[in-house]
Amino acid sequence: MSAAVGVGQQWVLVEMVQAFYEAPAYHLILEGILILWIIRLIFSKTYKLQERSDLTPKEKEELIEEWQPEPLVPPVPKDHPALNYNIVSGPPTHKITVNGKECINFASFNFLGLLENEKVKSAAQASLKKYGVGTCGPRGFYGTFDVHLELEDRLAKFMRTEEAIIYSYGFATIASAIPAYSKRGDIVFVDEAACFAIQKGLQASRSNIKLFKHNDMADLERLLKEQEAEDQKNPRKARVTRRFIVVEGLYMNTGDVCPLPELIKLKYKYKVRIFLEESLSFGVLGEHGRGITEHFGINIDDIDLISANMENSLASIGGFCCGRSFIIDHQRLSGQGYCFSASLPPLLAAAAIEALNIMEDNPDIFQTLRTKCEHMHKALQGISGLKVVGESFSPALHLQLEDSSGSRENDVKLLKRVVDYCMNSGIALTQARYLEKEEKCLPSPSIRVVVTVEQTEQELDKAASLIKEAAQSVLN
Amino acid sequence: MANPSAVCNGHLHHHHHQKQNNLLKSGVCKKNGITKGMKKNGVSNGTLYKKTFIEHFEQAPMYVAVLTFVGFGVGTIFGYLRDFMRAWGLEKRNIAEEREQQKDFVPLYQDFENFYTRNLYMRIRDNWNRPICSVPGPQFDLMERVTDDYNWTFRFTGRTIKNVINMGSYNYLGFAETEPNALKTVTKELQKYGTGICSTRQEMGTLDKHVELEKLVAKFLGVDDAMVFGMGFATNSMNIPALVGKGCLILSDELNHTSLVLGARLSGATIRIFKHNNMQSLEKLLRDAIIYGQPRSRRAWRKIIILVEGIYSMEGSIVRLPEIVSLKKKYKAYLYLDEAHSIGAVGATGRGVVEYFGMSPDDVDVLMGTFTKSFGAAGGYIAGKKDLVDFLRTHSHSAVYATSMCPPVAEQIIRAMKCLMGLDGTTQGLQRVRQLGKNTRYFRRRLHEMGFIIYGNDDSPVVPLLLYMPGKIGAFARRMLEKNIGVVVVGFPATPITESRARFCVSAAHTREMLDTVLNALDELGDFLQLKYSRYSKSSHPELYEETRFELED
Repeated sequence: MSAAVGVGQQWVLVEMVQAFYEAPAYHLILEGILILWIIRLIFSKTYKLQERSDLTPKEKEELIEEWQPEPLVPPVPKDHPALNYNIVSGPPTHKITVNGKECINFASFNFLGLLENEKVKSAAQASLKKYGVGTCGPRGFYGTFDVHLELEDRLAKFMRTEEAIIYSYGFATIASAIPAYSKRGDIVFVDEAACFAIQKGLQASRSNIKLFKHNDMADLERLLKEQEAEDQKNPRKARVTRRFIVVEGLYMNTGDVCPLPELIKLKYKYKVRIFLEESLSFGVLGEHGRGITEHFGINIDDIDLISANMENSLASIGGFCCGRSFIIDHQRLSGQGYCFSASLPPLLAAAAIEALNIMEDNPDIFQTLRTKCEHMHKALQGISGLKVVGESFSPALHLQLEDSSGSRENDVKLLKRVVDYCMNSGIALTQARYLEKEEKCLPSPSIRVVVTVEQTEQELDKAASLIKEAAQSVLN
Repeated sequence: MANPSAVCNGHLHHHHHQKQNNLLKSGVCKKNGITKGMKKNGVSNGTLYKKTFIEHFEQAPMYVAVLTFVGFGVGTIFGYLRDFMRAWGLEKRNIAEEREQQKDFVPLYQDFENFYTRNLYMRIRDNWNRPICSVPGPQFDLMERVTDDYNWTFRFTGRTIKNVINMGSYNYLGFAETEPNALKTVTKELQKYGTGICSTRQEMGTLDKHVELEKLVAKFLGVDDAMVFGMGFATNSMNIPALVGKGCLILSDELNHTSLVLGARLSGATIRIFKHNNMQSLEKLLRDAIIYGQPRSRRAWRKIIILVEGIYSMEGSIVRLPEIVSLKKKYKAYLYLDEAHSIGAVGATGRGVVEYFGMSPDDVDVLMGTFTKSFGAAGGYIAGKKDLVDFLRTHSHSAVYATSMCPPVAEQIIRAMKCLMGLDGTTQGLQRVRQLGKNTRYFRRRLHEMGFIIYGNDDSPVVPLLLYMPGKIGAFARRMLEKNIGVVVVGFPATPITESRARFCVSAAHTREMLDTVLNALDELGDFLQLKYSRYSKSSHPELYEETRFELED
């Protein structure tokens, strides 16, 4: 057998040699050239590499020598509108001394007037006496105090959720909560008017961000539908892509409420979780001050996560998130602002607890606030040159220019003159401040008018008529 | 191979240039090398360091590393087994469940994400988040809690464990106190201002109290101006993005705190990491950055900023500031120094690492620090040239969008700082700084002598004691609590997987008796749990720690 194969192979070889002899000369020459060509192709570089020679040490030194960095910070012009702060002497309460002038405060978010409440102060005093000021550690390392646990418990009960978690800084609350859940590759649908803390949380999460027009449910649904179509193309990816809607209860930048009932419908239709920022609506809306869910009569369990700060209605410092334990507990190891920051000073937690007590004991306070907001909203209508932006029951209203002068800088200056005019006559106001280059969708310049329960009807009317007067003198 | 290693300073020292470069390359200083080299560096002038700079990072014997991995391996195998049992209903599921109505949503957590939490962390969870119910001073009261379901839930018994020695809180100077006399001004300000602000710095939240505090901070640090913020973490995460942006380069130490990392990420600048406190690594990055410019476009970097911490909270190491400053000057980079743990805690008068190395605050472009630790308060500051602070006043995210600092907290900082500066008419502040230094060196020296492996600088009040094995984390912390000592233990992911550790924070408020109680307990426990891994021969210690040095600083 093997011999036969051997013979066969030999025969092929002989045939080849024979064919070689018999082939015409031009054929051989052509083949020879082709072979040489192939060899050339193999061994020669077909493209010219860029002239690449390493830099000599001397050249390197020259480059280092030559490099001139920009200054660490550009110089700030002395008249920069944000450089010279208003300075408040004494507490920023209902009666406030701004730049040496006594005014009635229409600028601080002290909606329920708890900042100067004696009960709150004495609760804080008692805590100071027992715990001192700082906690000297994060929650994990002996920074958890009994007052923190009590406050979390009380907040959860107040909001009627399973669990609450507190942060030591209002801004850090939603900014830490979002990236705890939403990661790279996940999708977040977010309202254009969302506040800066939400924007920073989204940036930290590195998720895909889809902005929808402010409070425009049709636009949101369009995006959700687009995403649905996308998901059908790639169902495997869709199964692991988490999706969230992030909205505010009462928008800081516009004073509007979000259409929560419609959002809930969309949530179940498209299986998207809802995160709700309630810093302005907590302790303001609803019969008991539970916020936007109570305002609309919505089951709070339909919202996946609620976040709010304790720096407005509660007149303390810090923030909290609440919801079901399944969701909230995750932040205890994944909320960066929770794990890696010192915990809230106990006296501030004690003040917040006392503020909650007051809110629970006086549910009328929310109706009072609402009445005053509506009064103010009405009183501010019809000022020539200024339009009121925001719901009638929002305690923070925006006054924007009816007609922009064309440049933001000029608009800001005009509004500043209105603010200064009022301040000189005893009404403390402020413009809403933004970092113009950092905002995703920069809101129009505005004066923010804050209504609190402490302002009397006369004071509200006085402020409104003063603003009218100021607008007349500045804008016309 | 695995020689006991310690890193010593002086590699920019001219006389020993070559020799020491070699030492650094190998990453190991021989025992003799240290003691002799150190003494020379300590005395001679012309070096960057004005005093000895010794940091220890002794490697554990090989068998320890092997056993550590075995420990994690066993834990992981059992984890899979129990996950399997839970999936088949053989073991009770204690994890909170998704709502029925949302079961068809995309799962909020990937199953593997929580594997570590569920199966390893849960076993020793009782050693964290222990609630306290007193001031976090040198001793505190713990709320006793028990678990009926292996740490899934805790139940308070209603009893308190009294007078536990506190080795965990960052109360370096002992300003976490309730002495009524000390808190007199804080009480007064609380009564006057209340707790809240209800506005931001740029709107209606700048109080006279803030202005007073900022002036004092600037004076304390010896700089033009300072700005204070309500939260230490946010001081980093909300100000770094104002300083750098696209086209800028951030060079960040690999062990930087999360807040620095977050701030760097939010800034949009390019981030490159250098090895912990490793000047060769930093210099190489600096050179390459300037020579090769930005990736792809090859444009020159707009600016380069180096982010470092004064004292690293998990390593106990002190930043090599003199070398970094000379590098940053040479390469025209900017330096951002986070003194969260070092302000108040080091330096002859508590002015942080800048003073510790005898340098000028002008050498550092951005001085950042927190008030949470040494000052027993909350919040943070950024200080430096007037231009810098003016820029932050107009561009800091915190100034525009976050509520400003609570006035009684500001007063606590003011009173602590005045005490440190001697403005209260006593020398109490200075005494506290000295006491902290004494306590630190005593505690570290004794631990060395006992044969523990401890990390970091001899002058750093953060003292990490290496435990290595995951099983020892729980055992150590529980046994210490039985002896009425509260310690902090940390493991992966806060540390490398093989380097689980306990961390002590020494305080000026600790008495010698307290420290001795802790040390005796550690001695006993070290034998019981076999934690004394160090292979320094005991005889070398008298050489390393000459008593005279301590007496001089007393």
